[in-house]
Amino acid sequence: MQDAQRFRRRALLAFVLVALAVLALAARFAWLQIVQHKEYVTRADSNRIRTLPIVPARGLIFDRRGRLLADNVPAYRLELVPEAVGDVDAAIERLREFLPLDEDELARFQSQRKTQRRFQSLPLKFRLTEGEVAAFAVRRHLFPGMDVVPYLTRRYPYGELLAHVVGYVGRIDEADLERLDEADYRGATHVGKSGIERFHEKRLHGRVGSERVEINAEGRVLRVLDRELAVSGENLYLTIDLDLQQAMVEAFAGQFGTAVAVQPSTGEVLGMVSLPSYDPNPFVNGIGRQAYADLLAAPGRPLFNRVLLGGYEPGSTLKPFVGLAGLELGLRTPQDTVFSSGAYRLPGQEREYRDWKRGGHGQVDLREALAQSVNTYFYTLAMELGIDRMSGYMQRFGFGEPTGIDLLGEAVGIRPTQAWKRATRNQAWYPGETVIAGIGQGFWVATPLQLAQATSMLAAGGVRHPLHLLRQTQAGFDAPLLDVPQPPVEASVISRPQNLQAVIDGMVAAVHGPTGSAREMGLGASYRMAGKTGTAQRVSRIGDEARDQSTLTQNQRNQALFIAFAPAESPTIALALVVEGGGSGARAAAPVARRILDAWLEPKNP
Amino acid sequence: MNLALLARRWGPRLLTPRVDVPLFVALVLLAIVGLMTLHSAAAGDPGLLQAQAMRFAFGFAVLWVISRIPPQQLRLWAPWLFALSVVLLLLVPFLGTGRSARSWLNLGFFYLQPAELLKLAVPLLVASWLHSQVLPPRLGALAVSAVIIGLPTALIAIQPDLGTALVVAASGSFVVFFAGIQWRWIVGLGSAALLAAPLAWPFLREYHRNRFMTFLNPEADPLGVGWNIIQSKIAVGSGGLFGKGWGQGTQSRLDFLPEHTTDFIFSVFAEEFGWVGVLAMLGLYLFIIGRSLWIVAQARDTFSRILGGALALTFFVFVLINGGMVAGMLPVVGVPMPLMSYGGTSAVSLLASFGVLMSIHSHRRFMGE
Repeated sequence: MQDAQRFRRRALLAFVLVALAVLALAARFAWLQIVQHKEYVTRADSNRIRTLPIVPARGLIFDRRGRLLADNVPAYRLELVPEAVGDVDAAIERLREFLPLDEDELARFQSQRKTQRRFQSLPLKFRLTEGEVAAFAVRRHLFPGMDVVPYLTRRYPYGELLAHVVGYVGRIDEADLERLDEADYRGATHVGKSGIERFHEKRLHGRVGSERVEINAEGRVLRVLDRELAVSGENLYLTIDLDLQQAMVEAFAGQFGTAVAVQPSTGEVLGMVSLPSYDPNPFVNGIGRQAYADLLAAPGRPLFNRVLLGGYEPGSTLKPFVGLAGLELGLRTPQDTVFSSGAYRLPGQEREYRDWKRGGHGQVDLREALAQSVNTYFYTLAMELGIDRMSGYMQRFGFGEPTGIDLLGEAVGIRPTQAWKRATRNQAWYPGETVIAGIGQGFWVATPLQLAQATSMLAAGGVRHPLHLLRQTQAGFDAPLLDVPQPPVEASVISRPQNLQAVIDGMVAAVHGPTGSAREMGLGASYRMAGKTGTAQRVSRIGDEARDQSTLTQNQRNQALFIAFAPAESPTIALALVVEGGGSGARAAAPVARRILDAWLEPKNP
Repeated sequence: MNLALLARRWGPRLLTPRVDVPLFVALVLLAIVGLMTLHSAAAGDPGLLQAQAMRFAFGFAVLWVISRIPPQQLRLWAPWLFALSVVLLLLVPFLGTGRSARSWLNLGFFYLQPAELLKLAVPLLVASWLHSQVLPPRLGALAVSAVIIGLPTALIAIQPDLGTALVVAASGSFVVFFAGIQWRWIVGLGSAALLAAPLAWPFLREYHRNRFMTFLNPEADPLGVGWNIIQSKIAVGSGGLFGKGWGQGTQSRLDFLPEHTTDFIFSVFAEEFGWVGVLAMLGLYLFIIGRSLWIVAQARDTFSRILGGALALTFFVFVLINGGMVAGMLPVVGVPMPLMSYGGTSAVSLLASFGVLMSIHSHRRFMGE
């Protein structure tokens, strides 16, 4: 019985110890479940709940009459989550056995991979064909962490016709990430890279939405808890008229050059071309290295946007503005005449500044000086004005300043002054430079946009309507079209309307007068137009100080320019154009201008 | 022997209830809660639930049968059961299968873990040996006991299945404890074991060391070995006072909690039924242990007492180690929660040991010295 008693004692002791241990366990569970409950609830939720972005549909782009210029089309892309895939490189090797991946795509993927975290989904290949989607679908179980995802991709149905206007979207790269707000671009793969797509990115992008989803440990989405819908980007209606744009390209008949057409009463850009152009569609999902190299090496530099960045010597197209300066600043009346002997000399200097007509034009007033493009008239006027006063007047027409059009990176050209020359070249100004500045030569550099804007101001009575490409916006397809508000219009730069009229008369005479330098282009027109030819001797580019003439071909040296507006009495279109390597303005540029103006003004015969 | 004679002789013995009703009810209750939790943890896999229910049925049948067998019969079988278990254990390295440790034998119809058999065989043999000795045991008797305990423990440890080895060693040691080993021996052996523990470190397998290091600092490798502990604590903690409700545990349903049908099933229970549920379960376990010890205290013979007491305490070791592991108090060792974790051998061997307790209960009056 001693054994039994000892056993009972020990059993009781054991039970007490067991009870104490159970109490300890209960206390531990209480600690986790009551004291630390909140923290663990948070951690359980962060385990199972993910917030996924809903990428908004990008706004569409239309021309002024509602024709679609940039479209969203459904496509499929292959995405992978590096963390879920594990050995990414090995998986890609296996993938390539049935899915072609070129080196460019891979290189882009690898560089993007470095910038993202391992649990974020990364696109590997865009625009899979139906066959590729099917080929992957049957092997999907072999590729955990990879999936085919439907998305909307951008398409530009008119291709190169509008590449320099609409621009294109491209895959977000590191440079984009630096300037974009990450929160707005969660889940987004593309962003506007150039043109309207870039400038109006905010409107087009829309607002990203989100959904909270429950996932399991493998990261598969099981159900949606709640969602905040994305807001699609705005649809944009441009000022561009697709028919005119088309006519402008055709008018060049394959020649390189640039043209801008503006509605003078509004500043709306009706058409703008830079030729040669390129197809923006391959850029959307990343153009191949070779294709890009080919584009860079192609004749005429198709990627170069001449409208925005091209700098041209305006030549004689500047004469109407110089003439106007003479009238407005009180140095001349329209009736004052100058004698053209064929050559002009500064007092005490040997150098001759020539007229284009051997023997000169004789006694000419402003009208004839513009009609025949008489250099001597403007040589003398320039000397009377002086370079600074002349330049100062040109500023009123926007030369040397950005037009403020809604495209990024606009060049400003050069509006020469004594101070400008001192600052940029540390040289004194010579009188001879004033002489040639009077006919738009020497240091002058203007962009096609500036020429078009200045011409448009002549057509609009001296009022500047800022150039713009965005006409109306629409928030969703059921929403009304809203006009884009324009800044208030400043007063006319003209103090005496008859001065302007005298210049216009001269420009009309240049086309329709018996002595007009462009009289051939005016023949048979059903409307009257005001125009001015120009011939520039070289291409100029901003920041390109080393202009070695010997390396330029003849083609590059001659630019044919033309500015015009029509109908002369109540203009609906103002135009500036450059035909590169075209020879003289009258022979090469004027016929192109006529075809463009006809396309806008002549009633179309079916 | 003809069938009629067999039926007449064995029929009443098999059919008459020979169980302690409160203990039996508690065990059935435990099995039901276990199946309910498994139903939730194994969502979408009714096969798993069915298999476990079949094992419980088999286990309760074993309990019923063993409860008819007089303890002295078990004592005589003890050497043979022990020998068989050790032989099977020796076969494991050659024929065994298993993921982290080779510990399973494929018997064709059943995967058997010989180590589980030893949880019963070792205390049986130690109790049977000490029963024949003068108590409290002398040095010689203790040495023999040490061999009976040490041999299978070592064999299991090298499989390597450290958790089971510890449980087997404990089950044998509890017999020695109840046999009345002097306190100075307990203190001496206990401190010797504590001092020797660091010496075992170089002999541990890599994954055991990892588990131990992870236990000390689970956040050091949250996606690797620390994952289990962290996710288990999240499951338990997020359950709160009243739990998320049956079948509503996100940690197990969404597969964040690994091993949620086996080692970590108690996390699932804690997540879904909260602290109140945990308290109820701990109460149930405490009742089972207390009732078992009370039954054993009624026994008249030494063998029954020291064996039954050891079995009751061994049962508690499972609860303590598994509960502590799930709550992040103890390192992760593969010890199941009794009658909750999915697994056949464990359930059957546990119910078999309760069969022994029932036998002690039903034969207490006919024994005596």
